[in-house]
Amino acid sequence: MEILEISNLSLSINGSHILNNLSVKFEKGLVHAVVGPNGAGKTTLGFAVMGIEGYTEYTGDILYKGESLASMNIYERAKKGITLAWQEPARFEGLTVENFIKSSIKNKGRDVVEDALEKVGMNPDEYMLRAVDKGLSGGERKKIELASILAMETELVILDEPDSGIDVASLQNIFSAIKFLKSNGSTVILITHSLEVLKRAEHAFLLCHGTIIAEGSINKISKYFGGKCIPCDHKNIPEE
Amino acid sequence: MSVEELIKAAGIHEAVNDKNTGRLIINRDKVVDSNVIPGLVIDAKEIKDGVDINFILKENTIIENPVHLCFGVTDKEAIQKIIMNVDIRKNSKISLIAHCVFPNAVDVKHIMDAKVKIGKGSKYSYFERHIHNEEGGIVVIPKAYIDLEENSRFKTEFELLRGRVGTINIDYEITCGKASVMEMTTRINGRGNDYINIKESGNLVGERSRGVLTSKIAVRQNAKANIFNRMIATGDYARGHVDCKEIIQDNAVAKAIPIVEVRNPKARITHEASIGSVDSKQLQTLMSRGLSEDESVELIISGLLS
Repeated sequence: MEILEISNLSLSINGSHILNNLSVKFEKGLVHAVVGPNGAGKTTLGFAVMGIEGYTEYTGDILYKGESLASMNIYERAKKGITLAWQEPARFEGLTVENFIKSSIKNKGRDVVEDALEKVGMNPDEYMLRAVDKGLSGGERKKIELASILAMETELVILDEPDSGIDVASLQNIFSAIKFLKSNGSTVILITHSLEVLKRAEHAFLLCHGTIIAEGSINKISKYFGGKCIPCDHKNIPEE
Repeated sequence: MSVEELIKAAGIHEAVNDKNTGRLIINRDKVVDSNVIPGLVIDAKEIKDGVDINFILKENTIIENPVHLCFGVTDKEAIQKIIMNVDIRKNSKISLIAHCVFPNAVDVKHIMDAKVKIGKGSKYSYFERHIHNEEGGIVVIPKAYIDLEENSRFKTEFELLRGRVGTINIDYEITCGKASVMEMTTRINGRGNDYINIKESGNLVGERSRGVLTSKIAVRQNAKANIFNRMIATGDYARGHVDCKEIIQDNAVAKAIPIVEVRNPKARITHEASIGSVDSKQLQTLMSRGLSEDESVELIISGLLS
């Protein structure tokens, strides 16, 4: 059963065609990966699903549980059960880690915040009262953002380059968090160009120049992506 | 009754009941309560429409507990003028928390005129928190001249986050002697037709003196804010930084006029300012967590002003 169905999606930014008649279905409850080289349109696809400003003027349709998202803003999409973690998380001057995470879980207590931080390998005593600002590294903010998503317990989670800025030791925390999301019933879309991240998915799509050019098992997409796609300079004409 | 109202609004029950904590409570032009602790001299004289205070901390006196000052007006209409001469003598340390509480103000003017001298090697911290009502019928005019002697430290925070601002016109000037350090932070949340005018000036005169002026202002609806921050460095190796952040929403208008002036090639001042709406990425991140746009803006502003 699909949780997300995208049909004939085209989106241009500043006159450049980023997504070209893209169609794809994401099965509920799986960890999916959308892989592709830089500039393929992976992040644009994630932003279009989330309804990020500047990414909503598309043709085609995005259906979430059979309902079109076209007229919904980000808040409404989040209320429906969609969320997104940015490749480079925002900084919030003065906003504590505790309040940042609490904001996404309104009626849940401090223990949920602590638990979420622990799941991404962060010591709550050390981080709860720190501000989510330039005093934290990009990797720390990335883990805090992921913690806020874990605490949300939402249905569809889009993680844009979840390993970006993360040190080797923390990478396992990220992978554990992905596992937790899966075990908790969430559908996960990993947007990545990393083979290491791709391995954590159960099903993958290969995106090139705004179009899905292949899909299937991790092995299949991994071989294709690693063997042909990465060294390729063909400008979106996949070789068979 | 009015004293209890002030204490309740200021939230200083514990300080009032602790004999080891210094305090001075003024309602309009009357000294209604005080507790002077060893090393501290407070001479408060009632004058027309206010109180004239001489505040002295003796040499080599360290006061650990913050001393609480409460400058309040429980009347609807009043003028309150506070004249303060603060003399922190050498090698001493004190922290003051000033609660400026105007729970019923409809037409109240609160004027503060302070002269502060921080003696050699002393540390003085002054946190001023204003608690206003939702009427906006108040005019606040704090003016202070602060003089820092060698190796002294001065830290002040001005906070007006609860209730409507009304009109505020801050005018502070600080002169830093050799190796002295000053930090001045102002945090104000304006809305309605509030008017905020801030003039802060730091003079880094002494060799190796350091200073930071920070303004964090949020204005919404039809509020207006003008921030004039001025830092001048003349001393050898003086270091200064001016930081102004203003968030505007709706029809509000914010203006920042920073002046950084360096008169010594061995000195340096840096400056950063940002004025604008809430950052789009911050807003969209919070909205993607299920907060409405208004809730997101509120959270971002509360963080900035925290």
